Amino acid sequence: MSGLNRVLPAIAVIAVIIGVWWLVVIATHSVVFPTPLQVVTGTLELIRDGTLWQHIGASLFRVGTGFGLAVLVAVPLGLWMGWVNGAYVTLNPLFQMLRPISPIAWIPIAILWFGVGDVSPIFLIFISSVFPMVVQTVTGVHTIEKRYLRAAANFGVSRATLFRQVVIPAVLPQIIIGMRIGLGVAWLVVVAAEMIALRSGLGYLIIDSRNAGNRYDLVVAGMIIIGLIGLLLDGLMRLLEGLKVVRWRYAR
Amino acid sequence: MPARDVPIRIGVDNVGKSFATGQGTLHVLDRISFEVADGDIVAIVGPSGCGKSTLMNIVAGFDRPDQGTVRIDGVVQTAPSSRGILISQAGSVFPWLTVQQNLMFGLNGRALDDKKQLADHYAEMVGLKGFEARYPHELSGGMLKRVELARALVVKPEILYMDEPFSALDALLHLRMRNELLRILAQERHTVLLITHDVEEAIHVANRVLVLSARPTTIQASFDVPFAHPRKLSSAPVQELRSAILRELGVESYSA
Repeated sequence: MSGLNRVLPAIAVIAVIIGVWWLVVIATHSVVFPTPLQVVTGTLELIRDGTLWQHIGASLFRVGTGFGLAVLVAVPLGLWMGWVNGAYVTLNPLFQMLRPISPIAWIPIAILWFGVGDVSPIFLIFISSVFPMVVQTVTGVHTIEKRYLRAAANFGVSRATLFRQVVIPAVLPQIIIGMRIGLGVAWLVVVAAEMIALRSGLGYLIIDSRNAGNRYDLVVAGMIIIGLIGLLLDGLMRLLEGLKVVRWRYAR
Repeated sequence: MPARDVPIRIGVDNVGKSFATGQGTLHVLDRISFEVADGDIVAIVGPSGCGKSTLMNIVAGFDRPDQGTVRIDGVVQTAPSSRGILISQAGSVFPWLTVQQNLMFGLNGRALDDKKQLADHYAEMVGLKGFEARYPHELSGGMLKRVELARALVVKPEILYMDEPFSALDALLHLRMRNELLRILAQERHTVLLITHDVEEAIHVANRVLVLSARPTTIQASFDVPFAHPRKLSSAPVQELRSAILRELGVESYSA
């Protein structure tokens, strides 16, 4: 019962918004802006002709590839920069300068370098998610409590043991936070990137629906689907926080 | 009582240490010298802020003295080693490892089965049997101290450096852990250097008590504790010794 009580207010707010939306569209006799019912029928249309799955699949593929590459680069790089002070001093200013540049600003360069295929959005996703993950991983290394490193030094363990049993498990919760942030940004960026260049993806669906005959029912449908998938992706990342090896961080 | 022919385990010779602060140099330790014989249990008591932990960090090899030397078995100490394990107030049990993994942590280069067997042996010794698969956040404060102690014992260190090891525990648990420690020390022969602000704890555990002065810290007095274990802390001679130590610390005690 308490589970239902927790989601009830959220559902109520959404219901109210849909109700107001519906009333306003009817009251203003808008011919372009769709009612909620029109959005639902538009979505069903996309499901029936199969294009919805293609768009979702294309967006997820780009996010998966770009984000996956970013994890592979950011985690080792962040561990190295966190552990070796020379690497930190050398690279951190550069990263701090690149980080505030919006991934959207990279779009012209991405098109110049990689054209309008799949590589451009993958590159943009990589750029957008790699920096937050590097920063979180570095922070994770820098905030390892000294008493744990001292204990490791006291027992005289090998470098491999130090990393495997102290540094990496200590940093893992921060890495997961970085991955959550990174995947969130990646999902924002893929849609923006697809709006500009390509022939598939949820971003393309939105722009194409508007351009091809003011199909605002499909525009809104695309937005809602993007929101729902974003929620789902964040939920997946939250599952990582429940892993046994990081649960110590959230206990007590 | 350490006899003359027992080898010297820890030799602290003329150790001094200062720290640079915003207000100038803080002279913490001033020419401290003492020796701890093999198998001896020595407690160091002193007023808070007198540099007890600084001294411990130097003796255990985590910090260098500005002057003087620390010798372990005659060799100058330049780095921490698993021959002397530090147990401190804050504790350093790894929260991401299970009890058993924590106990196996310091066992380098042994077969896994070997490590497990050793870990389980010491888990049992400190009363952690049945808790091997638990994570530290599932344990109480007293249990955590047992993990810390067992993790140190399992590598069979010659020396235990104990820096206010049980100070974070409540009074009852504190007393219980002291009794546990004495029981274990009767089974396993270790040289112990114990830092504490608790005079009763010092008399309960140690064979010798060194009293430190306020900063810059020197050794102000040394007391032998000639009582056999188990010690009855309420007995008149023990109380007399307690009063004498407290007097050195500048505290009058009216209980004796």
